[in-house]
Amino acid sequence: MTARRLHAAPERVAVTIDGEPAMLPAGESLATALLCEGHVLLRRSPRDGTPRGAFCFMGACQECAILVDGSVRQACLTPVTAGMAIELRGAP
Amino acid sequence: MMAAFDVIVLGAGPAGATCAATAAEAGRRVAVIDEQPRAGGQVWRAPMGGFPGKGDADQASGDTLRRRLAASPATRRLGHRVWSVVRTDTGYRVDTLGPDGPTALEAPFLVVATGAHERVVPFPGWTTPGVIGLAAATVLLKSHGVVPGRRLVVAGCGPLLAVVAAGLVKAGTEVAAVVDIAPRSAWLTRLPAILGQPRLAARGLAWGFAVAKAGVPVLSGHGVRRVEGGEAVTRVVIGPVDADGAPTEGPEQIIEADGLIIGHGLTTACEVTRLLRAEHRFDRLRGGWIPVVDGAFQTSLPGLHAIGDGAGIRGQAMASLAGEALGWHLAGRMAEAEATRANMAAATPFSDAMAGLMAQRPAQVRAIAADTVVCRCEDVTRAEIDSAVDAGATQIDQLKHFTRCGMGPCQGRSCADTVQELMAARLRMSRQEVGQWTGRPPLRPVPLGEVIGAFSYDDIPIPTPAPL
Repeated sequence: MTARRLHAAPERVAVTIDGEPAMLPAGESLATALLCEGHVLLRRSPRDGTPRGAFCFMGACQECAILVDGSVRQACLTPVTAGMAIELRGAP
Repeated sequence: MMAAFDVIVLGAGPAGATCAATAAEAGRRVAVIDEQPRAGGQVWRAPMGGFPGKGDADQASGDTLRRRLAASPATRRLGHRVWSVVRTDTGYRVDTLGPDGPTALEAPFLVVATGAHERVVPFPGWTTPGVIGLAAATVLLKSHGVVPGRRLVVAGCGPLLAVVAAGLVKAGTEVAAVVDIAPRSAWLTRLPAILGQPRLAARGLAWGFAVAKAGVPVLSGHGVRRVEGGEAVTRVVIGPVDADGAPTEGPEQIIEADGLIIGHGLTTACEVTRLLRAEHRFDRLRGGWIPVVDGAFQTSLPGLHAIGDGAGIRGQAMASLAGEALGWHLAGRMAEAEATRANMAAATPFSDAMAGLMAQRPAQVRAIAADTVVCRCEDVTRAEIDSAVDAGATQIDQLKHFTRCGMGPCQGRSCADTVQELMAARLRMSRQEVGQWTGRPPLRPVPLGEVIGAFSYDDIPIPTPAPL
């Protein structure tokens, strides 16, 4: 799933994704920003370890719940802000 | 910290925002709460994060509603997540978590306008990253200006198929196929009801033309058999289905794609009325469990009203009218309320026709393969659900206890309709008899630290020690 923006992205801010520095558009929903950067796989399911990505994009399904600054956040409801530490390594 | 109002409205989509604006303009003290940062709901979802918007009819309608709500005296608590609703001596108390921390509101009247969730009937590979909902695709297109792939399959049933396929085509993305469970005849039999709403029929026709003009193959009477790729979608395998959505004999077709956009209709988001223990009944046409309401949209609990898709799937036109009618009613303007209610009758045939195309097909659910994951949160398969029933689970809450279905972070929002149908089928019971999961707080997951908020130990009163 290679996503594409239909408009110029807002100004980017520095974040880290799994410890690596990255630039994401400020104010965009984190799930959308990650999708546009090619992060389709966001986490692994707790029981079977199967790969998962954002599914409903409106706060219902919780599939995009990842670790942001150490606490579990739904990426689709979380706006990108400068300095976020994002972890995609299997938030519980 | 406690703010008092006459009416609290949960949800700022067409139903909730219209109700809030109407009642507030007529002099009531109204608060309207929504999880999203801007009003409009999913159907009129506002552009976000620098995206200027598509400038289409939905955006124009949403902008009109957003302007009306902003100009009204209603208090807007947008970007606020409701995690608890309780009955009090005088009405209802709503606890929210917003950007400025926890807040609580109280009012004698509570309006639940919480809309719908998308139903996706499970199939092998539906948890693969790159499979997203039809409604998710509309969020990305309308709100973020993002097309979610290079070559996509759009599949499922109902009017959203055409909306999404046309939106993707217009955005310049390749749609490899539109796969519709419904046979062409299902649309033809609904044509008279559709033509009864000429404006909406014309929009539907325009979507159809956009898809046809782009040369996108439309496969009616077909469903997704499985998705292949493992870590990301690479292929979608489809095959013929009968009118009830169950696979039939016939050749499979393999479609190369980098994403699958799928939805099988909508289910009511009635968590709040369930949590408050209002009376519900099962109505397959209306999207599942719906709160029982009277002529003034009041549930079995005094002061608790339910409108919009959360009170039964009827679509945007009916939701807006119900919001208007209830707004007048709560303001004591009975003549206006009655006049608005009368307009709802004219929109009913179209609304019923669309709801019929989106209603759950029990045969499609019964055809789910044994090793297919049904509960995404807890990785529970169809075989495990059947085993739990065979081991003696006869109540839906027992099934939750046996399997963990519905116990994950989504609290059964994604799987409830499927799990309850599977259980009813295996027990040869009705959906009404099998029941629904008991509503439990919190309504949505919230970090406990944020609910507690900032406090100082000095604020805690220390009782004077008793005299010795």
